[in-house]
Amino acid sequence: MYRELNGQGAMSLGFPGERSRSFCSFDRRSFLKCALASGAALGMGEVAEPAAAAAAWTGQQSPDDARFVAEARFYEKLENRKIKCKLCPRECKVGDRERGYCGVRENRGGTYYTLVHSRVCAAHVDPIEKKPLFHYLPGTVAFSLATAGCNVNCKFCQNWDISQSRPEQIPADYAPPQRVVELAKQYDCPTIAYTYSEPVVFSEFLMDTADAGHAAGIRSIVVSNGYIQEEPLKAAYGKMDAVKIDLKAFTESYYQKVVNGELKPVLDSLVRLKKMGKWTEIVYLTVPTLNDGEAEIRGLAQWVKANLGADVPLHFTQFHPEYLLKNLPITPVETLERAKAIADAEGLHYVYIGNVPGHPAQNTYCPQCKRLLVERVGFTASKMLIRNSCCPFCRHPIPGVWHA
Amino acid sequence: MNTLHSTSRRDFLRTTLAGAALLPTRGATGLIAAEEKGTLRAESRVVIARDALLRGAGSAPGSSVDSRRMLALLDRAVQALFDRDRPLEAWRKLVRPGERVGLKVNTLGGRGISTNPQLVEAICERLQEAGIGAADIVVWDRSSDELERAGFHVAMGGNRVQCFGTDQVDYEQELATYGSVGSRVSKILTQRSNVLINVPVLKDHDGAGVTISLKNMYGVIHNPNKYHPNGCDPYIADLNMLPEIRTRMRLTICDATTAMYEGGPAYKPEHSWQANALIVSEDPVALDSTGWQIIERKRAEHGLKTLEADGRAPRYIATAADAQHLVGTNDPARIKTIEI
Ligand code: SF4
Repeated sequence: MYRELNGQGAMSLGFPGERSRSFCSFDRRSFLKCALASGAALGMGEVAEPAAAAAAWTGQQSPDDARFVAEARFYEKLENRKIKCKLCPRECKVGDRERGYCGVRENRGGTYYTLVHSRVCAAHVDPIEKKPLFHYLPGTVAFSLATAGCNVNCKFCQNWDISQSRPEQIPADYAPPQRVVELAKQYDCPTIAYTYSEPVVFSEFLMDTADAGHAAGIRSIVVSNGYIQEEPLKAAYGKMDAVKIDLKAFTESYYQKVVNGELKPVLDSLVRLKKMGKWTEIVYLTVPTLNDGEAEIRGLAQWVKANLGADVPLHFTQFHPEYLLKNLPITPVETLERAKAIADAEGLHYVYIGNVPGHPAQNTYCPQCKRLLVERVGFTASKMLIRNSCCPFCRHPIPGVWHA
Repeated sequence: MNTLHSTSRRDFLRTTLAGAALLPTRGATGLIAAEEKGTLRAESRVVIARDALLRGAGSAPGSSVDSRRMLALLDRAVQALFDRDRPLEAWRKLVRPGERVGLKVNTLGGRGISTNPQLVEAICERLQEAGIGAADIVVWDRSSDELERAGFHVAMGGNRVQCFGTDQVDYEQELATYGSVGSRVSKILTQRSNVLINVPVLKDHDGAGVTISLKNMYGVIHNPNKYHPNGCDPYIADLNMLPEIRTRMRLTICDATTAMYEGGPAYKPEHSWQANALIVSEDPVALDSTGWQIIERKRAEHGLKTLEADGRAPRYIATAADAQHLVGTNDPARIKTIEI
């Protein structure tokens, strides 16, 4: 019941935020249509879903397909065939035949397995600005992919249909690392992006794909919640060329009630990434009444400056009602502007407003001479004036990776 | 009589079809309407029915139960619960002809500690006698594979008892929400049944403390892995509040023929015992409170700590009974335990 990822489907660009859109839209309703269409597009006897099999698809796939199952890399064996997962701070203790909180790792007889290696449920070619990464190879596209699963459960998740599902509950493609690299090349993507759901939970696949990509001259970037333990952070995100962390709030209570996670480990990850020298940008989804208080925003900005430095880009992005948080309005633009004003006043140099098309605060300005350096329209960089990582007007260094 | 345990597929088809032919459809005349669920009852009855000879005299551990004795045990339990002299009178209090009945079994533990097919077969027989069409009964759990591993034959279509997993039909696209829970619910529940009979097992659970009636509803939704933190509290209670579950739930028949006092939820033969019992109630909270105490007694016999001392008392049972939930009662003064 799987297709090889064939790279022949239609691409769609320009959706707000990091909402997942697959090559062939893999949502349940359109899957049949898609499977049949891609079969027709292949036409060369490649492995595609035969029409009959596609028509018989009933909504679930086998969790046991050996191609997707690999021993997990970060766990401890306990007595009575139990294990303790050491990938994220949740440290699930998982009994035999059970799964961890993320739903994509399973204990089989005392050995822990990932069920999502090479099991791509969404793949798409996105502008890198959509991640968003504003200071990393602007104007390029990233071959972006996800598997099922997530180690938190944000009430506002845009991609809950994949992030909060078990792998067998959503259609997936078999896309081993080498195949991902081929597709990235085919679509002229200088980067592979691990995104949409939560790459922490598919770390093994991420690491293997990053290695394959680097061997072929393709870089890797990750869009993550940063809720990961130190050892896997170093091992997995150490292979990344740039990182975007979703810092969901600056209070533990929000993390507990809205995210089902913890703030402290995420802050620890940010500090570690800084020490590792990884190019990192932070997104703060600003949710009306829940994490947009002045004191919270000020505390956040002060913490970023003190611990990561004034040059780390901070994006305040607009919330849209989704999933379990439908009773709140879209974030007013004034709220985002107020947040930016606070962070600017605290001395951060690159504070952006996201998900508001056409807003001037999605451009990059020189912190010294204030001239426009990168102009963005939608998710594309329409003007890029930075030369040799400096402002062309006053020679002030502009941090980031601006050229391949 | 419908057989759902593994004899052979051919036998199964023959018997289900024969069973359907032998059981006439009953009209609605003279039937006692099933009671609608309302606010909490003044008293919740929990029947514990035992049969020391369920597996025959001197049988070896692990031997299968005797189907006829199982049917008799079920009859005694249900008659005692509804205070009726004949089994059919009791079942007619529960279901009406034309209703579609789902039997949610628990097959996570494989053949060692899953709902017994002989028990399900006995329930199906009585349901049909009470006027439910064979094809209007569906025996289900998360996946067909798990059902087969537990000894059930998967059966879809035809005039026979249906038996399959949610993996065959998927979950509803829309989320069902209550409190901490937001989940997609099995289409078997929403589209194939208007009556839910919960047929769980009695066992220890490393996270929740015990898994009996209330926790068996984790098999109804697409994301149970999200609801294990904090000893599954308040998730289990919230889940049982979903209208999709609550409006359909009529009865729990807990299969305690084999039970587990430690090491669950996976089957651990060294921590299992043959209780040779059924525990039956209309109140899943009262049933779970009773089942918890049975497990505690067995733990004490084996010199194990209480679940409280082990840091995993099933607090969700009290949450399900609290004023925000009222799924049932955990108040011993309001639980009438009938042991037969
Ligand atoms: S990665 Fe998954 S299994 Fe491991 S600790 Fe986190 S949620 Fe649990």
